Amino acid sequence: MSITTETIALTSQPQQRSSAARLSDLPMIPIIILGVITFVAIFADFLAPHNPEVGALTARFRPPFWQNGGSWDHILGTDQLGRDVLSRLIFGARVSMVVGFTAVIFAGVIGTCLGILAGYIGGWVDQVIMRVVDAWLALPALTFAIFLAAIVGPSMWNIVIILGAVYWTRYARIVRGEVLSLKEREFVRLAVVAGCSKMTIMRRHILPNVVNSAIVLATLMLGVVIVTEASLSFLGVGVPPPQPAWGLMLSDGKQGLMVGYWWLTVFPGCCIMLMVLSANLLGDWLRVKLDPQLRQL
Amino acid sequence: MKQFVTRRLGYSLISLLVLSLTIFLFVRVTGDPASLLVEPGASEADIAAIHQKFGLDKPLWVQYGLFMGSLMRGDFGQSFYYQTPVFELYLDRLPNSLLLALVAMAFSLVVGIPTGILSAVRVGHFWDNVGKMFALLGLSLPSFFVGLLMILLFSVYLGWLPSSGSGTPLHLIMPAFALGWYFAAAHMRLTRSSMLEVLGSEYVKLARLKGLPPSMVIAKHAFKNALIPVLTLAGINLVLMINVAVVVETVFAWPGIGRLLYEGISFRDFPVVQGVVIMGGVMIVAVNFAVDVVYAVIDPRIRLEK
Repeated sequence: MSITTETIALTSQPQQRSSAARLSDLPMIPIIILGVITFVAIFADFLAPHNPEVGALTARFRPPFWQNGGSWDHILGTDQLGRDVLSRLIFGARVSMVVGFTAVIFAGVIGTCLGILAGYIGGWVDQVIMRVVDAWLALPALTFAIFLAAIVGPSMWNIVIILGAVYWTRYARIVRGEVLSLKEREFVRLAVVAGCSKMTIMRRHILPNVVNSAIVLATLMLGVVIVTEASLSFLGVGVPPPQPAWGLMLSDGKQGLMVGYWWLTVFPGCCIMLMVLSANLLGDWLRVKLDPQLRQL
Repeated sequence: MKQFVTRRLGYSLISLLVLSLTIFLFVRVTGDPASLLVEPGASEADIAAIHQKFGLDKPLWVQYGLFMGSLMRGDFGQSFYYQTPVFELYLDRLPNSLLLALVAMAFSLVVGIPTGILSAVRVGHFWDNVGKMFALLGLSLPSFFVGLLMILLFSVYLGWLPSSGSGTPLHLIMPAFALGWYFAAAHMRLTRSSMLEVLGSEYVKLARLKGLPPSMVIAKHAFKNALIPVLTLAGINLVLMINVAVVVETVFAWPGIGRLLYEGISFRDFPVVQGVVIMGGVMIVAVNFAVDVVYAVIDPRIRLEK
């Protein structure tokens, strides 16, 4: 239904699509959630009530404040080392944000550059790049990431590089496809006739036209990357302790689960879920808005 | 046809070659592979012996030849922890992974296909929105979180299901659900879009015009054709399930390949990690090849394209 009304509105008065009209149908919920998480991540030092990496062993496994034995001092309880869960969640937001965004951008930059090169230059460059893409896509992303983490050893920046190395292939494949069709378009041919060098054409004429797709893909990848990071941390090859990462908190909380220490699992899990959900919602919206070609992705 | 199969086979072999080269190079570029191939805390002499044994003192291309040679013979090295060949360990665990993946696949199809059809038939209405919500949740909830929540509910509070281990059908329920959850959402999405496409086609319109009751049109004409892409995806996903179950298997201590990989990481048992990763790649390249060939058999257009 909504599609038909939109098309009618578009065809009858195309010039009326002002920025205000676009703003009104922004997906507010995911933007607010991501905004809050970003805010929390930036100002973690001021917001966290306790040090996230130091706890008092005398105050282990305190439940959240509304349960028997909980107190306002530790609103969401404490973990197996007596560390404040809320503070760890707040600093964990920083880890997730930094890893998520840098990894997505890192993968996006590599993938877009190689995709443009493969698509525009063609020939053996295309063959080499695409064969690597095919082979790397054949490895399940999580397994590949685990393999790389096992070689280079865990640290936050290693995780960023690993995720970039695993996920650039998806950008490369989509960008290359777009470049192949852009290459045949008039403006690119005219640029060739006008004597632009290959480098200039790729930078000035091709790149701006594939950026939209790369951004849409990046938003959709954000959720995937965050889940992968959390999975790596959960398996013990992600962000090393005592740094607070949500996935790590979940795996630490696993032991307490059988005795009923539910808050150690439920809170970080909900944080991951909210962030991934928002990224997916935003990505879906952007996909429909920015790039109709990616709708069936 | 023969030509098509040969070309596809060639592509698959190139993929495998690039894959092995990738793994080979990554291990050597990022440091001394001997440090990965000896047990933690080994002495200088041990490391030198490893260099000798695996030919790490030889030029790179000779090393690659040796590496490929042992892979061809199915020799992935010895596990440090178990002191048995990695390939044997892998085959030991494979049935468990297969069982889990099959049950999870059954679950994801039983849930995903009907909800997908329901959304497609009632597109834009209440059930479609419910379906979309379900798909979004499925794609956003990490499987380990689903697993832990289920343990909390069914093992800790209700005490109905065992929280970990294997052996009885009861042990299978939660891991299969946690693993199948994401795939159920993916299958639902694909069923919906494929069903929508088929419902808009000429022959479905003709069936309607003939005066066939709507339920018959959906069941006999639309459903069958909409199912083809879903089943293809399911085939690929089954292989994927075997290889990405590491998190779910860790949560539920299910003794499959994923668990083997996890043990490989935690005991720093590098040959095991490498073996599992290579086997995963081989399986996926093989299934992609099979799908391509089957499609070419069904659809001459694919076979004849350049």
